[in-house]
Amino acid sequence: MPSAPVEHRLAHVLGTSLRVAVMFVVAAAIVVPLVYAVIGGLRDTGEIRNRPVALPSDWFPHKYLEILGSETYWRELFNSVIVATITTLIVVGLAAMAAFAFARMTFPGKEKLYTLFVLGLLFPVAIAILPLFILVRQLGLLDSPLGVALPLAAFGLPLTIVILRPFFRAIPVELEDAARIDGCSAFGFFWRIVLPLSRPALATVAVLAIVGAWNAFLLPLVVFSSSDQWTLPLGVMNFSTQYTSDTARVLAFTTLSLVPALIFYVIAERQIVGGLTAGAVKG
Amino acid sequence: MLPALLFYAIFVLLPIAQAMVYSLFKWNGLKPLSDFIGLANYQKALSDPVFLGAISHNALIILLSLFIQIPFALGLALLLNRDFPGRAVLRLLFFAPYVIAEVITGLIFQLMLTPDGLVDQTLEAFGLGSLVRLWLADPSIVLSTLFVIISWKYFGFHMIIMLAGLQDIPREVEEAAVVDGASRNQTIRHITLPLLGPTIRVSVFLSIIGALQLFDLVWATTKGGPVNASNTMATYMIDWGIRRNQLGYGSATAVILFVMAFIVALLYQRFVMRRDIEGALTAGPG
Repeated sequence: MPSAPVEHRLAHVLGTSLRVAVMFVVAAAIVVPLVYAVIGGLRDTGEIRNRPVALPSDWFPHKYLEILGSETYWRELFNSVIVATITTLIVVGLAAMAAFAFARMTFPGKEKLYTLFVLGLLFPVAIAILPLFILVRQLGLLDSPLGVALPLAAFGLPLTIVILRPFFRAIPVELEDAARIDGCSAFGFFWRIVLPLSRPALATVAVLAIVGAWNAFLLPLVVFSSSDQWTLPLGVMNFSTQYTSDTARVLAFTTLSLVPALIFYVIAERQIVGGLTAGAVKG
Repeated sequence: MLPALLFYAIFVLLPIAQAMVYSLFKWNGLKPLSDFIGLANYQKALSDPVFLGAISHNALIILLSLFIQIPFALGLALLLNRDFPGRAVLRLLFFAPYVIAEVITGLIFQLMLTPDGLVDQTLEAFGLGSLVRLWLADPSIVLSTLFVIISWKYFGFHMIIMLAGLQDIPREVEEAAVVDGASRNQTIRHITLPLLGPTIRVSVFLSIIGALQLFDLVWATTKGGPVNASNTMATYMIDWGIRRNQLGYGSATAVILFVMAFIVALLYQRFVMRRDIEGALTAGPG
């Protein structure tokens, strides 16, 4: 027996209100820490301690400007950009070639090799960090961006290959045949047809690699002994210990460190979300 | 494909193998590798209450993630799985914490959680002053606090994965259930959730692996303290391997972590995900 119309409508309204309330609370939970950081940078440490929840008395961004005027911030930002760029170029380049081979070529041991890469998904950098430190030192890359970019790229290969392979596989065989008939080599096919057609997937894995490299902390911590090479995460941690009692200033630096990532995120959100769901759910 | 393999072998496979070798020595990373001590490092690790504590902390985080974080993400995904104004904005918002570095997240929360800081004063403003604790300084609750921070960062990630899985479920199946007289709850329990199984299993797997190698966040908020109450296997390893220069011992703990991750992966594949991945890794054209 269907429920009476009034009860039904009431249940519907309650359900919707509950839904809205939950989402509001969750959204607030996410926003609060970020707003705290941004606003905190505009206030005084003493103020923050006395009244954590309040608007700045003076909206002029003193500390922000100070940090933006410091050489340290820009140097660390630059280092982060270098590391992220090198890492992404290497990992996407190598993974694309490997994914292409896995997707469209046959060779002995293919499935076993693929499994070998897939296993890499469950080994984070942390496990190999000590030998990596020795290895990087032996290669003379201790205070070089390559010392971080190379291992990061290697550890990023599994996820990238897993995401790219289905995309490469989906390109119709007819296209490949047509290319062959036209005298195109396998590499030519890869370079001139597969890659351009896979631009969305390539964008996704590139974005994922950039985010991963940008936020990396452990590897840079171990590899960069000279503060010249520090990336933003290292810089933030150091800044916080250096100015440990100056909460406002630390918050300002922290905000300036997360803003690039957020801006990038807003621009590239579709790529990040799309790629993760494709790779994680289907790959 | 060869360059990728070579690169992978040098920077991933080789170090893992090297860790196993180093773990059999007492070594400070500088003098030649000569002090062979067999499995002594492993004995030391497995009998060190601090290390065992670290393992238990990882385990607790895993349990909390499985029984709180994932159901929460699932619930949110179910709530968000319908068209309504502002849905895209919410999706954007909920996933945002994922792109912020763990150390930055940890730092901000640490500042929010100082005694009489933002969190404490907010609680008191709402009359909940009795709930105030030493969030990061009380050994008995520091892990729970860390768990909340971890959840803040990653629940959006799991929610997005579940949303994608939900959208893969054909409408017709759910509609058929409604036509057959199933209530919304019944539909969710008997149709949606089972069909969402593979997705949930992926989320669970990623969550476990993530919890096992937890480092950045802990290092940024508590460095494993107070009094080792929030140590994870990874912070322990870095403390001994890098800070105290005992690379042999540190490598042993790394290998233990590796073995655990490996066992989890194997068991998971065999018993949980077998039906999901069976086709993906073996059969199929190429």
